[in-house]
Amino acid sequence: MASSTHQTSRGLPWLLSLPALALFLALLAIPLVLTAILSFNAFDGMRGIQQSYGFGNYLEILLDGYYREIFLRTGGMALAVTLICIVLGVPETLILAKMKPVWRGTFFVVILGPLLISVVVRTLGWSVLLGSQGVVNTVLRGLGLVDEPIRLLFSMTGVIIVLTHVFLPFMVIAVWSAMQRLDGQIEHAARSLGAGPFTTFRRIMLPQLMPGILSGAIIVFALAASAYATPAIIGGRRVKVVATTLYDEFFNSLNWPLGAAIAVLLLLANILIIVGCNRLVERRFKQVFA
Amino acid sequence: MSGRDISRNGPLALIFHALLTVFILAPLVVVMLVSLSDKEYLSMPFDGMSLRWYREILAAPELISAFWLSIWLGLASATLATIVAVPAALAIARHRFFGRDGLMAFLMSPLMIPHVVLGVAFLRFFSIMEWTGSFVALVLVHAITVVPYSLRLTLAAVIGLERDAETAARSLGASRAVAFRRILLPLILPGVAAGWVLAFIQSFDEVTMTIFVATPGTTTLPVALYNRISQLTDPVTTSVSTILILGTMAFMFILDRMVGLDRVLIGKK
Repeated sequence: MASSTHQTSRGLPWLLSLPALALFLALLAIPLVLTAILSFNAFDGMRGIQQSYGFGNYLEILLDGYYREIFLRTGGMALAVTLICIVLGVPETLILAKMKPVWRGTFFVVILGPLLISVVVRTLGWSVLLGSQGVVNTVLRGLGLVDEPIRLLFSMTGVIIVLTHVFLPFMVIAVWSAMQRLDGQIEHAARSLGAGPFTTFRRIMLPQLMPGILSGAIIVFALAASAYATPAIIGGRRVKVVATTLYDEFFNSLNWPLGAAIAVLLLLANILIIVGCNRLVERRFKQVFA
Repeated sequence: MSGRDISRNGPLALIFHALLTVFILAPLVVVMLVSLSDKEYLSMPFDGMSLRWYREILAAPELISAFWLSIWLGLASATLATIVAVPAALAIARHRFFGRDGLMAFLMSPLMIPHVVLGVAFLRFFSIMEWTGSFVALVLVHAITVVPYSLRLTLAAVIGLERDAETAARSLGASRAVAFRRILLPLILPGVAAGWVLAFIQSFDEVTMTIFVATPGTTTLPVALYNRISQLTDPVTTSVSTILILGTMAFMFILDRMVGLDRVLIGKK
């Protein structure tokens, strides 16, 4: 690619990028900076946003057990979703890889297609499935697995199930991309040298798929930790996460500076996790990428 | 050792695959089935079938106006995103310059910033600028969130090209502009068009950020659906959702014909 690039006309690339850059600076960078400034504003319950600045909002979030619990709960939820996506997504991608091209194409659409369908629509489907009179409870009771309907709607379990459904495609995409770099013969080599299927998976396939699994895990974790619509609909008031708390601060408590501080912390946590994990992946798996 | 062919899926793998497929499709199938119920409440299984909840959509003018708003918003923001992303993609794909990686990261950053954070930032910005309730402002911020999709697919199209035809045109005396319009643009058009469609879908589906900035006059269809779902159990939401599922499937078919759906979704050439 380097050989096919222009070396002439230095200003041209910036001229070409100018419209996008101007749009992003004016309407992305400035709003984010304004939000960061707002997060340092003091707030008074009676008089609203004050013109004095300080770390008060951040201290309140870090020291108040209420907010700390919400952040921890959100992190735990995102971690659970990530782990389930790994457990379901990695085997499924291996299965897809072994399918005949026609079937593989079909099931790619089945598994990845829902990404293009509104998350509100997918969540609505789950709220019908998970209700106490819903399909899942009817089936479980029909099979005699439970006596009483189990609470799935308005519970953390329900939120985790639905978020897994929403974000699983990202894991499949990441693992599939990693698999494209693999040599297909290596599995055959291991098996013909006498390794069992489990050993082959653990010693040969898994280490090579690890970069893909980790990058999928980063994406799923980041998206799950900041998801709004699904926890709001499936979790309701019972399961408060960072994103729904953020909404409440802005539209119910009307404490915008505190809400802005929560937003800044969520963004920082997001960037730290994405950048940090990417560094780790690159360093540990350099030999795989090379 | 058994002589079983290891390049095939065993019965256990196929059972796993079948269960996972059911897990993926269940909520979508259920929405479509429930929309045909004649009951006042959302239930599965049901006994009577009717198209009642499709007729009821006509009695909900706010859903219809939200639908049209989402369509116009998607058209405008996807078009704006494409207009700014295509030249930027050409710059990034064809030139080496200082700040290239930074520019790329900046233009892809809406994928990394949580949409709740974007919603908060735009809410604050709109209230300072007194843009609250403006359709144009909504188009601008939607365009920002969908630029990465247009940029990614255009980049893939440009990077995959041989430059021979363009070089030939230039050496035969075609200006840079003519070479772009007559040679390059037709070649990258499928990628650009697929980027536009993906950008449209993403704008049309966006809910989290839009909830923060939508006003009664600028309520998009996903926000209107969200509001209905979180307030009451209303079977109209299932008939609208069914139409959205079928509409998205039509779009997926178009995308598949244009560049191949796997390429759009996985982002590989």
